[in-house]
Amino acid sequence: MARKITYQQAINEALDQEMARDPSVIVMGEDVAGGAGAPGEEDSWGGVLGVTKGLYAKHPGRVLDTPISESGYIGAAVGAACNGMRPVAELMFIDFMGVCFDQIFNQAAKFRYMFGGKAKTPVVIRAMYGAGFRAAAQHSQCLYNIFTHIPGLKVVLPSNPYDAKGLLIQSIRDNDPVIFLEHKALYTMEGDVPEESYIVPFGEAAVVQEGDDVTIVAFGRMVNYAKDAGASLRKKGVQCEIIDPRTTSPMDFDTILESVERTGRLVIVDESHPRCSMASDVSGFIAQEAFRALKAPIQMVTAPHVPVPFAASLEDLYIPSPARIEEAVMRVKEYR
Amino acid sequence: MSSILTVTMPKWGLSMQEGKVNLWLKEVGDTIAPGEEIVEVESEKISGAVEAAVSGTLRRQIAQPDEVLPVGALLGVIADADVSDELIDDLVTRFQAEFVPPTDDEADAGPQTQTVQVNGRQLRYLKRGEGGTPLLLIHGFGGDLNNWLFNHEALAASRAVYAIDLPGHGASTKVTGAASLDDLADAVSGFMDAVGIASADVVGHSMGGGVCLALTRRAPQKVRSLTLIASAGLGSDINGAYIDGFVAGNTRNALKPLLAQLFSDAGLVTRQLIDDMLKFKRLEGVDAALATLAGGLFPGGRQSEVLADIAAKSGKPVLVIWGENDQIIPVAHASAIPAARVVVLPAQGHMVQMESASEVNKLIGEFTS
Amino acid sequence: MSSSLTREGLLQAYRTMRTIREFEERLHVDFATGEIPGFVHLYAGEEASATGICMHLNRDDYIASTHRGHGHCIAKGVDPVGMMAEIWGKRTGTCKGKGGSMHIADLDVGMLGANGIVGGGGPLICGTALASKLRGSNNVGVCFFGDGASNQGTIFEAMNLAAVWKLPVIFVGENNGYAEATASKFSVACENIADRASAFGMPGVITDGFDFFAVHEAAGEAVKRAREGGGPTLLEVKLSRYYGHFEGDQQTYRAPGEVQKLRETKDCLMQFARRVTSRGELSMAELEAIDVEVKTLIDASVVKAKADPLPLPEDLMADVYVSY
Repeated sequence: MARKITYQQAINEALDQEMARDPSVIVMGEDVAGGAGAPGEEDSWGGVLGVTKGLYAKHPGRVLDTPISESGYIGAAVGAACNGMRPVAELMFIDFMGVCFDQIFNQAAKFRYMFGGKAKTPVVIRAMYGAGFRAAAQHSQCLYNIFTHIPGLKVVLPSNPYDAKGLLIQSIRDNDPVIFLEHKALYTMEGDVPEESYIVPFGEAAVVQEGDDVTIVAFGRMVNYAKDAGASLRKKGVQCEIIDPRTTSPMDFDTILESVERTGRLVIVDESHPRCSMASDVSGFIAQEAFRALKAPIQMVTAPHVPVPFAASLEDLYIPSPARIEEAVMRVKEYR
Repeated sequence: MSSILTVTMPKWGLSMQEGKVNLWLKEVGDTIAPGEEIVEVESEKISGAVEAAVSGTLRRQIAQPDEVLPVGALLGVIADADVSDELIDDLVTRFQAEFVPPTDDEADAGPQTQTVQVNGRQLRYLKRGEGGTPLLLIHGFGGDLNNWLFNHEALAASRAVYAIDLPGHGASTKVTGAASLDDLADAVSGFMDAVGIASADVVGHSMGGGVCLALTRRAPQKVRSLTLIASAGLGSDINGAYIDGFVAGNTRNALKPLLAQLFSDAGLVTRQLIDDMLKFKRLEGVDAALATLAGGLFPGGRQSEVLADIAAKSGKPVLVIWGENDQIIPVAHASAIPAARVVVLPAQGHMVQMESASEVNKLIGEFTS
Repeated sequence: MSSSLTREGLLQAYRTMRTIREFEERLHVDFATGEIPGFVHLYAGEEASATGICMHLNRDDYIASTHRGHGHCIAKGVDPVGMMAEIWGKRTGTCKGKGGSMHIADLDVGMLGANGIVGGGGPLICGTALASKLRGSNNVGVCFFGDGASNQGTIFEAMNLAAVWKLPVIFVGENNGYAEATASKFSVACENIADRASAFGMPGVITDGFDFFAVHEAAGEAVKRAREGGGPTLLEVKLSRYYGHFEGDQQTYRAPGEVQKLRETKDCLMQFARRVTSRGELSMAELEAIDVEVKTLIDASVVKAKADPLPLPEDLMADVYVSY
């Protein structure tokens, strides 16, 4: 039965239920339990923000603290996946992909193709992404677009607790490598989540609000900002259709295309930088496939092409806001 | 004193917080009888009509089409023709000044579903109203207690009305046991014991009707009367393609055309309705539960049990309601019980209790009073 | 030094080394014709290492290999006929013509892949070993890497991780003296790669890679330690490659006559034959019979590879994902 839990609890519950269901599921990463070898408590952190707290005691021997050695343990997760396990490795901050990317994009992503279809690499790499925590340039990026670019990887961006649980269960059961990205600002978000196990399939966008005036495609945390903007615009008589692709690889282009063919107006909201982004990806797709349907130029609402700044006054300016989304919608709405 | 009444944004389902005004079905100045549909409103989940609770004249249309308003917001005013415009304007001004939209917390504070353990299975139910002879609402195959969204509150004005999720459905345990109407009836019987209902007026839709019939066979003392809506168990025919497709369907595109067969107005199959159905179908165990049930109840596209004579022999009052254009169970089955009161609603489909809610509510209200 | 090997074992060792040599020598010839696509890195000269180590492994033990991986593949049991077709880019290849020389893998025989990324295999083999350990099996993992990779962070990380988790891993540093065109004397800051083992709290062992029996014995101890839960070992095998970094490398960085001298004085096959015949363990005739068999096999593999079909257009999109 559904009850309200947080995004963070939803992720913990998905891990817990899958570990109970399948003994080959293991969790590994820096301080996913915390306290390994230390004189104090075991499971002292349960992840740097406590997301994996409690799994250590429930699933003895299957929650593994690692050295701060991302290439080492991310690669080990990939190798273990080739040898029958279903590891869920936590990379902590997605920014740390820089020190282990080879194991992800040259190894995990390529095995199946490069080995002629013989390999199966069911590894999940979980990581936090996104700005808003005054964590500055090396702990605040999105980077999902980079993973999306790589054939062989699947990329998941849940925007709410329900999707977080269902998509993580699907990620763990999936037989391909999955990059599962959690926006730090969403950890405390509450929502209805069934107690039972369930999956949300990949490549199926959610239409979180229907409308005929303007299509908004938003990613991850930005879905919630788009909803705020959409609610405000509704009161002004502008009906937005808000699409949350939920996974960027595979990507449900059909739902976006169908919507834009109806509205003729498209705003894309992406917390990432504008160049070679999900925003430019969707924009390019629609320009190619639905040019005749467009009644106004596509608007991209993104962060600027700068690193994430530290000072609050600058970071607040950096992150796309509901107000900026509203402005963009009005620009395409009123375009003549 | 002349009556003057506000028409406000309804709350359909526990999660509804706002609704969009689609279209006024009555013009200012029209005379209105109780139960008549005044204005069409659309929530995230479903669209429906707001019905008049009183008679009078529609004096004001406050909410405009396409306007989105919170639950409880003023839509219009009904008053007797002799009420002065000043009085009505006063009321509107006062209402708008005092109206505070419910916060999320308040919205959650409405009636809540509960659960009860019956023979090792957890059943979810929603109770509305108090006292009187209890009335029990039992949904059909693949449905849940929300199938009674437009009936539950109306029927509960002066009595306790329980809607349950059958085993394998809604938020109840996803184990169905023996995959028979008797097994489901035993679950209902156990539910009645658990919440202390000695006997009830039972209302079943589709497969739920079959469950009511089986309950009459297993525990006749618990059944005061039977209302069978587009009911299973009254003949062998059933739309096997619908059942098979519904069990197998796991995407929007697969479910949409199937769900459209349930309604006379396919526009009622909103995206949200399909999404909610997908969410249910994707819960662990649901696929297996539905496949097991379908295999037991509707093998080879036929109904495995015909229980019309149970109703006939029981001597209980029976009301049969059907939609004339039902695409799931043929309307011909409506005449299977000779002594029953039979009402066939023209141009209606299988989900007649939703699409013709006011008519169905009135029929049940009169029949069980 | 006494050999723990049976007659069958000795025959197998010779056959494996000879197969690798024949495979590589043939590629050296055929590559020069320009018919083979891409580039290949030959293992000739290093046969005793792969063979001496893999003789201790079971089918469900894993190895991770390098861009110079043909020898490891053959020693672990990958079919040379499929490998030849793969190197020729044919649909019948081990990887259906989609991997090529640098990415030959066959998970069915515990071969986790040659690897185009220097040092890529270290973390991966920690993973297969972790899985074995968590399952309670006594399977081990072997990570082959070169003196070039010995300076990669991934190898350091993998060695530390394996030691921290006490994983059943053998790190085999094949030091052939050159990382591409740069001498290991220049690029490896310490005297021996094996010296680094102490930094990770694991045994470090140096062995002569021209001597099959030395490698076999050293590997035997390391594999035994791993199977018994004793954790990882770093085994440095000192050897030399007979050809360039890749085919076409003019090797101007090497001393004139360096390879010729090694072939004449230290060659692993020559040493092996001399030893087993002088001890009367195997006869020269037996070894020559193997030479003929192997040559026939490799000749046939080339004939087949040349004749086999290329991948089809529809293969381009196949096998990116299990499902998408």
